[in-house]
Amino acid sequence: MSVFPDTQDPTPRAEPQLRAPRSKRELFVAFTWLALQGFGGVMAVAQRELVERLRWLSKEQFVELLSLSQVLPGPNVINMSLMFGDRHFGWRGALTAVAGMLAAPLFIVLALAALYVQFSSVPQVAGALRGMGAVASGLILATGLKLAPMLKRNPMGLWPCGLIVAASAGAIGWLRWPLVWVVLALGLSGFVWAWRRLSVLRRLG
Amino acid sequence: MNAELFGLHGLAWTELLQLAGHFALLSLLAVGGAISLASEMQRYLVVEHGWIDALQFNASIAIAQAAPGPNILFVALIGWSVAGPMGMLATMAGIMVPSSILTFMVGRLRHARRDALAVQAFSVGLAPLTIGLLMATGWVLALPLVAHPVSMLLVPATIVFMLKTQRSPLWMIAVGALVGALGGA
Repeated sequence: MSVFPDTQDPTPRAEPQLRAPRSKRELFVAFTWLALQGFGGVMAVAQRELVERLRWLSKEQFVELLSLSQVLPGPNVINMSLMFGDRHFGWRGALTAVAGMLAAPLFIVLALAALYVQFSSVPQVAGALRGMGAVASGLILATGLKLAPMLKRNPMGLWPCGLIVAASAGAIGWLRWPLVWVVLALGLSGFVWAWRRLSVLRRLG
Repeated sequence: MNAELFGLHGLAWTELLQLAGHFALLSLLAVGGAISLASEMQRYLVVEHGWIDALQFNASIAIAQAAPGPNILFVALIGWSVAGPMGMLATMAGIMVPSSILTFMVGRLRHARRDALAVQAFSVGLAPLTIGLLMATGWVLALPLVAHPVSMLLVPATIVFMLKTQRSPLWMIAVGALVGALGGA
């Protein structure tokens, strides 16, 4: 259940055919494929796969899961996989999704580590790593840009939302303030403002 | 990486437990992912215990970033450098188990109370913060590229590719690697 207006609608328009994983095997394969595409971070690919291709989550559900994953300790994508797996197949699903996320990449990372010693000084390798880093940065920015339009439907209103986006991006990305304090201050402000807005909306019925 | 693949690399079992315990402690502090704790891990492993050197530590992070999959795998590589497969098990179990148990419980609580005002205010109130943090991450990753103009061009090119096409991001990763390897980046 989401509180965003168009998902609360009994005949939702924004996500006509939301689906669900049919088996733990399908869950495992999907998360393995997702992880294997995730160079320099998995979050951008997670949005692409889970929201756009598989349609296992709406944009709103994706951001809800991501919000929770970000404020809880631990790697965001692992937290997200865990909660998604649990939602569909209980604790076994949680283990399946996390295993899918980690198993195949672990072998690749170990193999790369064995090669790295010999090739790290080759300039082409260093250049390729830098180019891939640039693409990883673009992937994450694109994910943020794709999710941003959903804020137009956020009950807090567009201006407060825009203010929080700008403040959090500026404080962490530009000023490099410690994440914990930024999340506490802006998270709490957003929570209180949303609480007040939702209380008013509920009273109005 | 160490040439000795298996065995504990001279670490005692008690030290291995200590390693797992320290990472378990860090696990619950890892808001924003384990990478935010990299400086503390470096202090503990390199400076305090001397189990690995600073170059091994930096290489672990670089490799995990370049490889597909969650960046948390740098913790697996660090553990492997310290004490082989058992070291990897110690650091990964330490960093993953406490935070995962907490996430599992909070996730269930949230789902059970999904109609409560507090839970809905959480989803609505934190949505813009979540998007802001994504933008910040992308920005921070792009910063070291300022000295490399062609790399910088790859950033907007990737954004356009992702917004305008439905193709797999792997294509852009391949383009980035190629441009970089040819010396363009």
